[in-house]
Amino acid sequence: MKTFKGRVIVPGVADAEALVTHAGFNTLASFQKALMFGDKTSKCSDQNNKDLVGKPMAGKALCLPQTIGSTTGGMVLFCAVEMGRQPACLLFSKPIDSLAAAGAIIAGVWSENKMPTVDSLGDEFLDAVKDGARVVVAEDGTVTVH
Amino acid sequence: MLLNDEQQAIYDGAKGESLAKVMKTLVMYGDTFGATKMVPVESEYGHLVTSFGLSVIKPVYALMDKLLAAGAVSKQKFTVDPLPLDKNVPTNFLQDIMFKIMYGKQDFYNGQLQKLGILDEKSYTCTCYMEESGNAPKEGQVLSWAESSAVVYANSVLGARCNRNSGIIELFGSIVGFVPYFGLLTDEGRKAKWIIEVETTKKPEAQVLGSAIGMKVMEDVPYIKGLSKWIGTELNQASKDYLKDMGAATASNGAVGLYHVDGLTPEAVKLGEKLINSNAKVYKIDDAELDRVKNGYPIIWKDKDAKPKLAFIGCPHLSVDQLNDWTDKIVSRLAKNGKEKVAVSLVLTAAPKVLDKFKGSDNAKKLEKAGVVISYICPLMYMNNPLCGKMPVITNSNKLRTYTSAKYMTDEEILSAVAGEALA
Repeated sequence: MKTFKGRVIVPGVADAEALVTHAGFNTLASFQKALMFGDKTSKCSDQNNKDLVGKPMAGKALCLPQTIGSTTGGMVLFCAVEMGRQPACLLFSKPIDSLAAAGAIIAGVWSENKMPTVDSLGDEFLDAVKDGARVVVAEDGTVTVH
Repeated sequence: MLLNDEQQAIYDGAKGESLAKVMKTLVMYGDTFGATKMVPVESEYGHLVTSFGLSVIKPVYALMDKLLAAGAVSKQKFTVDPLPLDKNVPTNFLQDIMFKIMYGKQDFYNGQLQKLGILDEKSYTCTCYMEESGNAPKEGQVLSWAESSAVVYANSVLGARCNRNSGIIELFGSIVGFVPYFGLLTDEGRKAKWIIEVETTKKPEAQVLGSAIGMKVMEDVPYIKGLSKWIGTELNQASKDYLKDMGAATASNGAVGLYHVDGLTPEAVKLGEKLINSNAKVYKIDDAELDRVKNGYPIIWKDKDAKPKLAFIGCPHLSVDQLNDWTDKIVSRLAKNGKEKVAVSLVLTAAPKVLDKFKGSDNAKKLEKAGVVISYICPLMYMNNPLCGKMPVITNSNKLRTYTSAKYMTDEEILSAVAGEALA
């Protein structure tokens, strides 16, 4: 069991299975097919992301460095949350980028559904956490990897 | 973050719950990036990234309806990214059906944009800053824009100040008339963390150079030396067009929101190397480096050697000069090969108001005769149709390559393909 302390972007708690990407997370490319074709498990459709492609993202603790890609990214994240197809939480190893921050915050303010978001967990967090590990997020941004 | 009385009142709900939530969103967004205050939006017009009425983004329409019901419309008129549909662009029967399903809410969303404050029905383009489209902010003005290629152009070439905002956030800034002060809005945030030394033996392809820079510096600000040797020290239409295409690649292949070009872009002309941080890293780009970058692009066609079915030129949208230049190149290349029509369907894209200026010209007639389509469409949204994405499409846009299955080719390679010459 390892514990990491990050910065809270959108407060909340979560207890979920980890899904890890070491490459930048392209929000639009990842959610595009799931949102378009009604896949409630939100299988990642980003062909360029070998860590995630084809894996369900809904309900997972998505562990990532940063997001990349189109400036529609924030809007896409908000839609995923509002449609209930979002990851259980977003856990960033690096300081959050402006597109992901926008999406997580818009969802935090405007949606009833929750997607707690923590950033700056450090590179060692991404090294330690593996797909399928149990991850617990506390209100103060403490993330425990079991 | 410290709010002034007006901002605090909105935050506290003096203008209703929806505007309070808009302000709260902007404050949380600013707090995340260490903003100390909100500053007024100064440009005449805004620019929104979300132009597509995708059926699946229902939550966005519901949010817009909430804003409209609360009277929370944009304080400034705005332009919007290009439309996803144009019947002039070649499609087959099944692709058409898919487009109708995908963008089933387009008319509805266009109606929402009208109520929220779109400038006019011809304001759908990613190159809103061109003279014809009339949304060119002035140097130093603070903007609330999204669309990565427009933001990087406004910051770098026009010297305006805008962060790389997400869709929705940019509209929120235009609604309250304030944006959080951080990042590229500040003098400190506009300093270069990278020095790019261009040492090529010929003029670099704008979109490969931009791609190399973007992939290396990611979200940092680069200060580019050695480029004015190839594109001059004057911001004329040719250099602006070059920077437009280079910048779009830096912003999509990386996350660049601002670059400086030594001796050319406004802040570099004024401040020169004072813009460079003392601990800036150096990235040298020579011919071999550009080849390495270009050869590294994955080709995600099923049949990697398939004959191209369609070519897109104009992501970002072309200027009138670029339309004329491409016309000359295409017509003379076809003539050289003894052909009248292009061998691969070719679509040149530009802003509706740029096309208005170009249509009716001799060159427009020449393109029509050669079977070339001109359109206001967003090639990216065309390619987002999964049935279009399966086709072998070629492009000289590194942005289109990054986001879709389109294959990158240099201008010369595209010309060769559309003229029906054997592809190397």
